[in-house]
Amino acid sequence: MTIVLAATAATLFAVGTYLVLQRKLSRIIIGLGLLTHGANLLLLGSGRRGSPPVIGTGEVGSFSDPLPQALALTAIVITFAVTVLLLALAYRSWLLTHDDEVEDDVGDRDVARAEILREEIHDQETAMTDGIVDPVP
Amino acid sequence: MSWLVPVPIVLPLLGAALSVLVGRSRVAQRVIGVAVLATVAAASAVLLVAVERDGTIVARAGDWPAPLGITLVADRLAVTMLVVAAVMLLGVLLYAIAEPGAERNHVGFQSVYLALAAGVSASFLTGDLFNLFVAFEMMLTASYVLMTLGGRREQVRAGMTYVVISLLASTLFITSLALLYAATGTVNMADLAGRIAELPPGVRSAFAVLLLVVFGIKAALFPLFFWLPDSYPIAPSPITAVFAGLLTKVGIYAIVRSQTLFFPADSRPDTLVLVLAGATMVVGVLGALAQDDVKRILSFTIVSQIGYLAFGLGLFTVAGVAAAVFSMVHHIVVTTALFLASGLIEQVGGSSRLTRVGGMVRKAPVMAALFLLPALGMAGIPPLSGFVSKFALVDAGIASRQYVVVGVSLLVSLLTLLSMIRIWTGVFWNPVEEPPADGPPDPGGRGGPLGMLLPTAAVVACSLGVAAVAGPLYALSERTATELLDRTSYVAEVTRR
Repeated sequence: MTIVLAATAATLFAVGTYLVLQRKLSRIIIGLGLLTHGANLLLLGSGRRGSPPVIGTGEVGSFSDPLPQALALTAIVITFAVTVLLLALAYRSWLLTHDDEVEDDVGDRDVARAEILREEIHDQETAMTDGIVDPVP
Repeated sequence: MSWLVPVPIVLPLLGAALSVLVGRSRVAQRVIGVAVLATVAAASAVLLVAVERDGTIVARAGDWPAPLGITLVADRLAVTMLVVAAVMLLGVLLYAIAEPGAERNHVGFQSVYLALAAGVSASFLTGDLFNLFVAFEMMLTASYVLMTLGGRREQVRAGMTYVVISLLASTLFITSLALLYAATGTVNMADLAGRIAELPPGVRSAFAVLLLVVFGIKAALFPLFFWLPDSYPIAPSPITAVFAGLLTKVGIYAIVRSQTLFFPADSRPDTLVLVLAGATMVVGVLGALAQDDVKRILSFTIVSQIGYLAFGLGLFTVAGVAAAVFSMVHHIVVTTALFLASGLIEQVGGSSRLTRVGGMVRKAPVMAALFLLPALGMAGIPPLSGFVSKFALVDAGIASRQYVVVGVSLLVSLLTLLSMIRIWTGVFWNPVEEPPADGPPDPGGRGGPLGMLLPTAAVVACSLGVAAVAGPLYALSERTATELLDRTSYVAEVTRR
């Protein structure tokens, strides 16, 4: 059973990582959901397995460990709330830009644009010194 | 005294709920917010005195003994951070109330801000690794809301990056928790300290690095800092101030706590931390020099300053950790003051770009002074607090023979001074280079509304206060460091029946 749990967690992590690296917001959100599922399964698999705790009678050693289950439950609730917030943000982003794509950082874009501009100026200068084009009057 | 330990967590949460209930009256919300944070500050101060007198105080939920029940632990490090954080949260709240913007326009501001305060207090006080995760989430969820208040386009863009990165870090945190639980069978910090020591050295080192990555994202350590300079400057000024002052420091606190408490001396990633610290300092300050916006320069400076804190920790000596603890107090106060001052610049000049504002030293001399003092403190000019912090770090570094990172830190502090000078000349001395189309807003004499100037002045006064009481504060940091590196008193105090 544990190997199935581990394989499922591994698959979820792999698919989640792939989706988070996409540029579409909806895919990123689904990817994050899968990643957290993977983490929760891993959490579930970290405790000892056995018969259901608290209910019924049995030897102390035969019960499964209830703590990881409680931890996973807490983690699920938290990620649920944060996912709702993310979806709201994504909707807001769609309202503002009518696009699902993650936008570039403004500062990064300025730096990139400055780089292109510098290259163009440089090209212009080399072209002028080589006599390919006439200098601008 | 143990009844007082949960107060800094429970009171802000109650205040947040109450603040929602009285949402119709902004005055009532403000009274609740200020009263709650003032009480939290007072309670933290009482806790600090009590911890200094009697040692670590432990509060057990439902009186269950340590590894079974949830514990809150108030030791020297936790309460020192708590006092500083509570005072800063109060100062920023007063500033936010006076600022025309976020707080005035949003019903939810006060309650979310109080939830953030509760999350910060819980992160400092918790004695349970899973509860640290919950506290982080509480703090981060509140910060997502505060960052995107207003829902402007660039806020949504930057907020999205911030939320996704933080959520990834949280997922990684759960993953490491699962692995730690599978290996040790406990999430209680004091219990972990003993159980991790029984693991094979390779597994121990893996956990040390895993936790370093998890908390390194929150603390903006190199190479995990890219989200910070992108997202922080977009938030409303008081929010940026509290994020810059507190959130990254909570990450550093978690690194200090986990690395010193969980791992015995031989499996601490000391060289790795020192290398990361050096890289963080250099990359941060170079980023700061390339920017032309006050808030972005300051955001990169925070990254660079995080490197100093990691440097102190990476030495893993009493002197090094003591210097790191002292520097944490200094950075929280100074960065908060700087961001509050940059909010004033934006308020008076209408922009925070170096080319769009200028000549402020004549227009708003009081504001200029309020910016200059923490800026010089940040750069480490004697006799301000930054000098004491850097002197202690360099002294500890030389004592441990880590000359390379000491040299890097000295060079970086010179470059930090340079980036502060760039802000000073750009905003306060030089004339406006590109006047905005609709003309600069009226500076109104002193520079900014009095309600914003006074809290800024108070926070700046706190930063001067850190320098004034540097002696006793450093002695406290030394006691804290001894307690942290010794570990036995923490573990004994928590596991005592």
